[in-house]
Amino acid sequence: MGMTMAEKVLARTSGRDIVRRGDILECAVDQVVQVDLSFALMDKVPTRVKSPDNVSVIFDHAVPAPSVKDAEGMSIARQYARKFGLNLYDVGRGGICHQVIMEKAIGLPGTLLACGDSHTCAAGALNCVARGLGDAEILHAACKGTAWYIVYPTVLFELEGKWGDLVSGKDVLFYIADKYGDFVNHNLEFNGGAITEMRLDDRHTLATMCAEVSAEFVMFPADDMLVSYLRSRTDRKFDPVSSDPDADFESVHKIHVAEIEPYVALPHSVPHNTMPIRKLGKTRINQALIGGCSNGKLSDLAIAATILKGNRVAPTVRMIVTPASQEVYQESIRLGYVNTLIEAGALITPPTCGACFGHHMGVLGKGERCISSSPRNFKGRMGSPESEVFLASSASVAASALKGYIVDPREV
Amino acid sequence: MLIQGRVWVFGDNIDTDLMMPHIAFEKPRSEQAKWVFRTNRPGWVDMVRKGDILVAGNNFGLGSSRPAALLFRQLGIDAIVADSVNGLFYRNCINFGLPAFNCPLVSKSFGEGDIAEIDPHAGTILNVTTGLSLKTGILPEMLLQIIAAGGLIELLTQDGYLEPSSNYIEVNNEPC
Repeated sequence: MGMTMAEKVLARTSGRDIVRRGDILECAVDQVVQVDLSFALMDKVPTRVKSPDNVSVIFDHAVPAPSVKDAEGMSIARQYARKFGLNLYDVGRGGICHQVIMEKAIGLPGTLLACGDSHTCAAGALNCVARGLGDAEILHAACKGTAWYIVYPTVLFELEGKWGDLVSGKDVLFYIADKYGDFVNHNLEFNGGAITEMRLDDRHTLATMCAEVSAEFVMFPADDMLVSYLRSRTDRKFDPVSSDPDADFESVHKIHVAEIEPYVALPHSVPHNTMPIRKLGKTRINQALIGGCSNGKLSDLAIAATILKGNRVAPTVRMIVTPASQEVYQESIRLGYVNTLIEAGALITPPTCGACFGHHMGVLGKGERCISSSPRNFKGRMGSPESEVFLASSASVAASALKGYIVDPREV
Repeated sequence: MLIQGRVWVFGDNIDTDLMMPHIAFEKPRSEQAKWVFRTNRPGWVDMVRKGDILVAGNNFGLGSSRPAALLFRQLGIDAIVADSVNGLFYRNCINFGLPAFNCPLVSKSFGEGDIAEIDPHAGTILNVTTGLSLKTGILPEMLLQIIAAGGLIELLTQDGYLEPSSNYIEVNNEPC
């Protein structure tokens, strides 16, 4: 029996020829990414770093520092990064770690990446085996260069057919969450002709959002589109992985993408809590947020600008747009998206995880409701425990901002 | 090693934002545990005792990488057993030295206040109150060693890999 993409990389990095479901492995990670928040929360820093060239420190959760505690965490992180010569992406130099991992080609096909943020499965869109680690084990990975992994069963999704209008990576995940629920203790793999047709941004959104159905590793094939993107961004060599034809998939699901339409996730969770947005009754909103690791990409700002061009955000709504990186921000300015959004009444924030986890740059008060293209909607996540977060694509968020209530973007 | 304690029962899909709400981020480490389950079960932290055991439903601990498992240890929780434990939370439990077990149907097999007895080596959990026994699966040796040491932070500190971040408080001390 053959191996899946993730299994091949776990085998290589643990020094084995073959791994099987249920194995527990100590693996040498190829890249380690530490984020600012971890330094504010933990009171220890490494005295030794196994492989400084392969460790990045990215400031994203609290940028720029909204509190003294955050400022001091980043001060510690800066000194630590300089001491060991790590790759530091300071305030104004990078952006949200998952976007930076893609733009700077930190995550490469066929490699194993460890990062201390739960949406790290995002890098699966790069054919990179990656999952979020906790604060203790990310320190271990930085110090000793290893982490333990369990080989979980893998579910394969084969996507075929023609994409509908204004259907994004976000909608694919919500369709899957509606039909299949969550995937606790399972890896996911995506393949098929419709994946090849998907933009890299949408694959990255879909990979990121798999954290919301509790997936472990999430893998995408390394096709020409991905390889040429990465070649344009790094001279480093890489060796993509593909699953064997007889790989050990627990189940295989075929999805006809023509069935997927714009979706919305209702407040407080994603699995079995999503529906086609056209079926949601008229739901008023106070805030519309575009951004976060899942949807602060150039294509997100582009679609928002297209929908809002020459229009005004509803007077009852405040719209916040958070580009995922300095690169996205700058490119959006060059292409005129930022100006269009400002003219429509939107507020542009610097790249940060910010409002998504209720830290700053758009938290909600009691009784308030937000539609957001950020990834997560747990109770109280964006501020007051008595606020509500609906999740949708950036097209749906922009259309809803215009109307003042949640709406199918195809109707605008 | 047997783990015996009084049981608290929680439902399905308890997320890390409930375990460690954002407000806890702003507090000193010693005060963070006060906020555990503040939204879904206010007052619980005042009732929990050292040596208690958490029993929960499916996907316990879904969400972020925040160090919620550390707060349970601070509250004195000795083990977590859930119908299913979220993958990242499971990692965090083990790596912060808190034994965690997947055990389908455990949430239906315990009432609050029952006494549980877990045998990590045999892979069983016994409801001492009712006499019912369930299989938990055996914790791999690699993970048992991490737990026995008190977690990865303790292991790294013992080996000299970590130092207090307060050593870094001097800023602007480099020559211009």
